[in-house]
Amino acid sequence: MAQMNMVKALNTALDEALREDGDVVLMGQDIGRDEGVFRVTEGLLDTYGKNRVIDTPLAEGAIIGGAIGMALYGMKPVAEMQFSGFAFQAFHQVENHLSRFRNRTRGFFRLGMVMRMPYGGGIRAIEHHSESREAYYAHTPGLQMVIPSTPRNARALLRSAIRSPDPVIFFEPKAVYRAFREEVPDEPETMPIGKSQVVQEGSDVTLIAYGAMMRPTLAAAEKLAEDGVKAEVIDLLTVSPMDTETIAVSVQKTGRAVVIHEGPRTCGIGAEVVARIVETSLLYLEAPVKRVTGYDIQFPYFAREDVYLPDAGRIARAAHEVVKF
Amino acid sequence: MSRKNIRLKEKVERLVILDKTGKANEALDPKLDDELSLYLYKLMVQSRVLDERMINLQRTGKMGTYAPCRGQEATACGATPAMDKDDWIAPAYREVGSFIHRGWPMESLIFFWGGYEEGCVPAKGSNHLPFAVPIATQCLHAMGISWGMKVKGESDAVLCYIGDGGTSEGDFHEALNFAGVYKLPLVMFVVNNHWAISIPREMQTASPTIAQKAVAYGFDGIQVDGNDILGCYAAVNEAANKARSGGGPTLIEAVTYRMMFHTTADDPKKYRSEDEVKKWEKLDPITRYEKYLTTRGTLSRNVQEDVKAEAVKLVAEAVERYELHREVDPVECFDFTYEEMPPELAEQREDFIRVLDEAGVKRGPRGHYLLP
Repeated sequence: MAQMNMVKALNTALDEALREDGDVVLMGQDIGRDEGVFRVTEGLLDTYGKNRVIDTPLAEGAIIGGAIGMALYGMKPVAEMQFSGFAFQAFHQVENHLSRFRNRTRGFFRLGMVMRMPYGGGIRAIEHHSESREAYYAHTPGLQMVIPSTPRNARALLRSAIRSPDPVIFFEPKAVYRAFREEVPDEPETMPIGKSQVVQEGSDVTLIAYGAMMRPTLAAAEKLAEDGVKAEVIDLLTVSPMDTETIAVSVQKTGRAVVIHEGPRTCGIGAEVVARIVETSLLYLEAPVKRVTGYDIQFPYFAREDVYLPDAGRIARAAHEVVKF
Repeated sequence: MSRKNIRLKEKVERLVILDKTGKANEALDPKLDDELSLYLYKLMVQSRVLDERMINLQRTGKMGTYAPCRGQEATACGATPAMDKDDWIAPAYREVGSFIHRGWPMESLIFFWGGYEEGCVPAKGSNHLPFAVPIATQCLHAMGISWGMKVKGESDAVLCYIGDGGTSEGDFHEALNFAGVYKLPLVMFVVNNHWAISIPREMQTASPTIAQKAVAYGFDGIQVDGNDILGCYAAVNEAANKARSGGGPTLIEAVTYRMMFHTTADDPKKYRSEDEVKKWEKLDPITRYEKYLTTRGTLSRNVQEDVKAEAVKLVAEAVERYELHREVDPVECFDFTYEEMPPELAEQREDFIRVLDEAGVKRGPRGHYLLP
């Protein structure tokens, strides 16, 4: 067992994948000599060489389109977008091909590739470095949208993502990258994609979050406990395909729910969670479900980002409203 | 201080082997053996017969919108056969002869244009991608495949098709740029048929040629007469050999003409002159090659008739398989989205089945639902 932060945990997963499978290649801007702008690929160029850890010219579309070509050829590319805010220059390849090749060819071509990228706010970055647009990808059939929240689940989920026969959009909460350390087992570990986790049990209200929002959500659960409210906390882990069952079982137990995410509210992941709660558990509800999310505005420049991002106070306030309803 | 011309090492050439009258340049003629020479002819004839038949199927309501390839047969029928079996092909959507050459059943094309995904399932071992509809996006896949070959140390190459309109897209340029940087075994074959729906070639780029764009990416470009099948074959053969031996990419511009509409859904009279079309009619690639083969003594009137009759028969059989033997279960829509079906999708599938049952949709002998 070793204590590590999320950057090191992701690095470990990439190292393991490169070692275990000769078809795995990493590609992206500045991932080789510079070891990634967040150092996620540290040491990998030296170990595996420039045919496995490939620095690319600066073109997101060509990185993803090229990775699709490699995957068509039977390889398992893990492509890094330097920031999710720049991935839109590759979005046409994601929508037109990454999500469709399996269906279009009735399963003849399978694109087992990963598109990993840091997302979300909280690091005082300039514009285009802070958005949370997981809903775009979750809205596209054929993709799997995965967002880890801790070093241990980041390592396990990235391993699973690389092994998946279907494409995975892998959002890394950059605010969590170096925020804390966690025990990560020495032996390689995987986690199922498409499954959420109850990370804290409780009976009064279900808090549903993922990624960087897990920390303020857990902090809110602590505050609530001090006020005598027992919150159950679900970490979605995979945003799409969504694990409806874990949500339904919890909400049917607590009768109350709050959904939390950084991205804008309208048509966000929270809207889908609420719809599924309504479809599966309406008659168990004791109160309307609340959403604590980013507002329907563009992500503010960083001088104002702290007030934009949902925090433990906002989450606890919403939970109290739901409990008191 | 100084100011002088920068000397570039990349070259841009123009290649014509068969002139307008079908006379070959003796020095440039690849002198293909009779079997291959005749095969290329058959491929062009089959491509044209299938093309004509698909227009007819669309006109009679048996197929959807279709983008024909009449007039530009020499491009796909010359280029794809110039590649080795282990090489990969990334088409756009007008390369009928390329699909046929790589063993895709003719009905695959009819299925695709008829609205069935089944038309995109590659023939096994064909190393040939399906149709790419969003313009130029296939350039990056072709580049990526060639990148994979290079990473894996394989000495194969990739042939990518794109039209003149597609050269305005970023994906085309990004593919060439990456291919140049990594010296990838990529043959980028631009079928310049002069028209992107209603927009003429001159409105896509201010460059006098498309071939010259190669220079900016650090490799050679070559323009060929796209109605000269020997020119197309020779240029691709040379570029593929160069690519396989580590010489990097080549950009080929094949200058031809889209004789028909863009698709069955538009009327070219709106945007181009009849005179222009008539001029190109005289440059027909099949007629030109017939003259060459006849002069060579490879093609007699009898063989010509046999080739046509065989093409008509093959196409008729393909149409029959399309019309009589298609059994497509609508429920299959759900089955290829993921390797493992997520529970939510499985529920939607069950619901869809209930909808079909309630609507009284009939089932076939395999228990599958029959499309109305």
